[in-house]
Amino acid sequence: MAFNNTDISAFKNVWVFCEQRQGVMMPTTFELISEGRKLADELGVELYGILLGDNVDGIAKQLGGYGADKVLVYNSPLLKEYTTDAYTKVISDAVEEFKPDIFLFGASNIGRDLAPRCAARLHTGLCADCTHLDVDLDGYIEYLRTGSSLDVEGMNFDSKLFDVKTNLKMTRPAFGGHLMATIVCPRFRPAMATVRPGVMKRRDFDAAKAESVEILHPEFKLDASDIKTEILEIVKASKKLVDLIGAEVIVSVGRGISKDVEKGIKLAEELAEVLGGVVGSSRACVDAGWITADHQVGQTGKTVHPKIYVALGISGAIQHKAGMQDSELIIAVNKNADAPIFEVADYGICGDLFKVTPLLIEAFKAEKAKKA
Amino acid sequence: MDFALSKEHQLLRQMYRDFAETEVKPLAQEVDEEERFPAETVEKMAKLGMLGIYFPKEYGGAGADVLSYVMAVEELSKVCGTTGVIVSAHTSLCCAPIFENGTEEQKKKYLPKLCKGEWIGAFGLTEPGAGTDAQGQQTTAVLDESGENWILNGSKIFITNAGFANVFVIFAVTGVVEKRGRKIKEISAFIVERTDKGFSVGKHEKKMGIRGSSTCELIMEDCVIPKDRLLGKQGKGFNIAMATLDGGRIGIAAQALGIGEGAVNEVIKYTQERVQFGKRISQFQNTQFQIADMHTRMQAAQFLVYSAADKKQKHVPYSMDAAMAKLFAAEAASDVTRRAVQLFGGYGYTREYPVERMMRDAKITEIYEGTSEVQRMVIAAGLGVK
Amino acid sequence: MKIYVCVKQVPDTSGKVAVNEDGTLNRASMDTITNPDDLNAMEAALQLKDATGCKVIAVSMGPPPAEGMLRQLIAMGADEAILISGREFGGSDTFATSQIIAAAINHVGLDEEDIVFCGRQAIDGDTAQVGPQIADKLEIPQVTYVADIKKDGKDVVVKRMLEDGYMTIKVKTPCLLTCIKELNTPRYMSVSGIMECYSKPLTILDFDALKDEPLIELDTIGLKGSPTNIYKSFTPPQKGVGVMLEGDGKETAEALAATLAAKHII
Repeated sequence: MAFNNTDISAFKNVWVFCEQRQGVMMPTTFELISEGRKLADELGVELYGILLGDNVDGIAKQLGGYGADKVLVYNSPLLKEYTTDAYTKVISDAVEEFKPDIFLFGASNIGRDLAPRCAARLHTGLCADCTHLDVDLDGYIEYLRTGSSLDVEGMNFDSKLFDVKTNLKMTRPAFGGHLMATIVCPRFRPAMATVRPGVMKRRDFDAAKAESVEILHPEFKLDASDIKTEILEIVKASKKLVDLIGAEVIVSVGRGISKDVEKGIKLAEELAEVLGGVVGSSRACVDAGWITADHQVGQTGKTVHPKIYVALGISGAIQHKAGMQDSELIIAVNKNADAPIFEVADYGICGDLFKVTPLLIEAFKAEKAKKA
Repeated sequence: MDFALSKEHQLLRQMYRDFAETEVKPLAQEVDEEERFPAETVEKMAKLGMLGIYFPKEYGGAGADVLSYVMAVEELSKVCGTTGVIVSAHTSLCCAPIFENGTEEQKKKYLPKLCKGEWIGAFGLTEPGAGTDAQGQQTTAVLDESGENWILNGSKIFITNAGFANVFVIFAVTGVVEKRGRKIKEISAFIVERTDKGFSVGKHEKKMGIRGSSTCELIMEDCVIPKDRLLGKQGKGFNIAMATLDGGRIGIAAQALGIGEGAVNEVIKYTQERVQFGKRISQFQNTQFQIADMHTRMQAAQFLVYSAADKKQKHVPYSMDAAMAKLFAAEAASDVTRRAVQLFGGYGYTREYPVERMMRDAKITEIYEGTSEVQRMVIAAGLGVK
Repeated sequence: MKIYVCVKQVPDTSGKVAVNEDGTLNRASMDTITNPDDLNAMEAALQLKDATGCKVIAVSMGPPPAEGMLRQLIAMGADEAILISGREFGGSDTFATSQIIAAAINHVGLDEEDIVFCGRQAIDGDTAQVGPQIADKLEIPQVTYVADIKKDGKDVVVKRMLEDGYMTIKVKTPCLLTCIKELNTPRYMSVSGIMECYSKPLTILDFDALKDEPLIELDTIGLKGSPTNIYKSFTPPQKGVGVMLEGDGKETAEALAATLAAKHII
């Protein structure tokens, strides 16, 4: 191998792959830059964004506003649209040249196509779909104290394999959210992770930092013959997909609507409208074809943390809970008093959603009218 | 003696169950309420080889055994008794008599299309004046002047699959013979196609249960069929009918078995959800004892049904076994589904839950392909009790 | 033309999941199933087989009982199966796993017109990494999140889903495609398929069979060699118990609305 990535000390700095589509930065990028800033500060190093595209300098400054120190920009007509081959080549060559210690990607459909291919090429480890990242050991222990069932007092955090204080600790759900695992990449660099969209908190935008960010244009080699696929067409979804991640209120439906699917969804829409939110669903409804997949909350759907989450007729399989249990307030309506959804609900009502939902709609309307 | 299922049988069970849960169960209530023949399900089953399970591959079958077929009817009937009997009648009452009695030409002509589901099969024995009592047959078949064609006249009633079948095994009187000084009717079997001249399907029966299965009258008015449609030897029709019904009873026993097991599954699920007096009703000893009895009866029925299937597969006499299996499984299914409705209480009587449908579906298994009383006659005769 | 379909046997996390006291999964108590997305990959391969008569080979890495799953895939219509199984391979992360599977495919042979199909991701790890990593090891192009496939000679035209739409991409064989559930509905095993599945070829490739393959690096396979390691594993905490409201009538709804209004939540 031309490039020795077992010499850990030769690797420095935190990198974030900054995903843009058609010249617009994907919102997840800002979450990653914000999180990358935290990690860079814990290590006392610089945070780099790496941005590929065609004439994308104009959007590079935004990255500074969320905490990037420097942005490596690679412009080429061959990089205008994402292709696995071109992006993998340019990024892998850049990593070999600049040797970052940590490299983060958004776990989007593109990030999850690109990051594993880069990790394979770079001969290093990659942790998928992380929901929590730490370098600082005390911070990690504090996270476990509140975010796990472990008794951290007296627990041994040392390792013979690696320096527990400087290595990236990547935490992610596994087995449908039943288990959490913290992964490390002790022997190779960079330590790579894809990060679940919507999980990391975006910082406040700092206009001054946006102006002062340093934009670099390293030289790179890329030839049309490096690209083995041909994009024939790019189509944006015509139907506006529901934005669960940005929603403040989500009213979700589950298998409980099976008695009258149309009415169940309609009730959820009405309640969502009263509360100023959108409609989500459990996996069961998506699998049954009752509602489209963009509504799905849960392990294989979206992870959400709205201010209010209302679960109508959702039993609360762990996969579903994994995607919504961090909501600020959870209201659950279910016929079955033993439904697991009540374990995470702040307010539970044991009853038929077809009876209870119209009553809730009326009651919320009345309260809102009082305030107006 | 080996009670363990082979690896293949375990996979078949898994496939049937998966298919039944995903494709059949969601339609069951609609099929019942609208009295709708689930043609789309039949098409899907055909693709999977479920319409010719135990016939050899050379005739288009899937090359499995009788137990594999029984398990299919059982798993389908757990969620939909209608779908179970469609497969049972098609396989046991049409494919089987052609396979067992047909000439090579007949087998080559009919079995591949039947096994692949391009054609659906039915069986016409029962008449207004003759059920199991074959001597009451009124339908006649006579050779025409050329001696090249049979001409059939008469009608059949309560024919399962009739509205959708393309091929019918039909019984008719072809003459009178003297036996021990008594004049008795000579009965023969024929293969009649839906498109044959003079053949028509009549009135559709409205039924208490298995409401999606198509039960109709068949009418033959100077129905002309070529002479090579005679199935088996002339005059052997009664034997063919009785042997076919022996096999058919295993299919109906499997249907009853499935319906009963399906009800037990529903009860186990429901009683653990339903809360009364602050307890899940499954916590009451009455519920537990009822479920234990119900499951035990169905388990016993399963042994009888599987044992009869095994004997048929091994070509050892199985008339009594089939009769016992059907008698026991049908009565167990009726009893278990009735108890299921009771355990569900008021909800069980509504169509919101499937147990009332199961109770209605179960009843027919005590009646068709020989009533329970007829099964008792067969068993007693088999024991030599006169 | 051959199609390799990479499949994984996974614990059925949709049912009850048991976790041991030490925070590891109690696999023994759980049913195993074929990873759902892999069934879509198998169906895609079988549709190409129906259209072209090509050969379909199911490939899995796992312990010996994974043979049962491979037999089911043969019962669906695969022509043969390869089980990569060896103690040395156990505990492999995605990097190590993809290296071993790529080596096995290379061992059997990857020709001009061949395609490798994978599911989008497995429900136990949910990583979606093994597919792209196999492609990189085999140095063939990949398309992930495939929702439609049309093959025309050596050209394959696929629809690749994005969060906000899709791309239509043309790729030449040999290539690797990862399939999503929108691609198709997997077929059932057939009765005759089941009757024959135990008599069709199933090859077991162990460590000795693959150790000299050029794609295998002996120090990056198995638990010890994997680039990533598990540092800690744990169960997420259960949220504190909330309030079960009395009744399901109008008063209950009004009381809830009033409480939320008083707390300025609505």
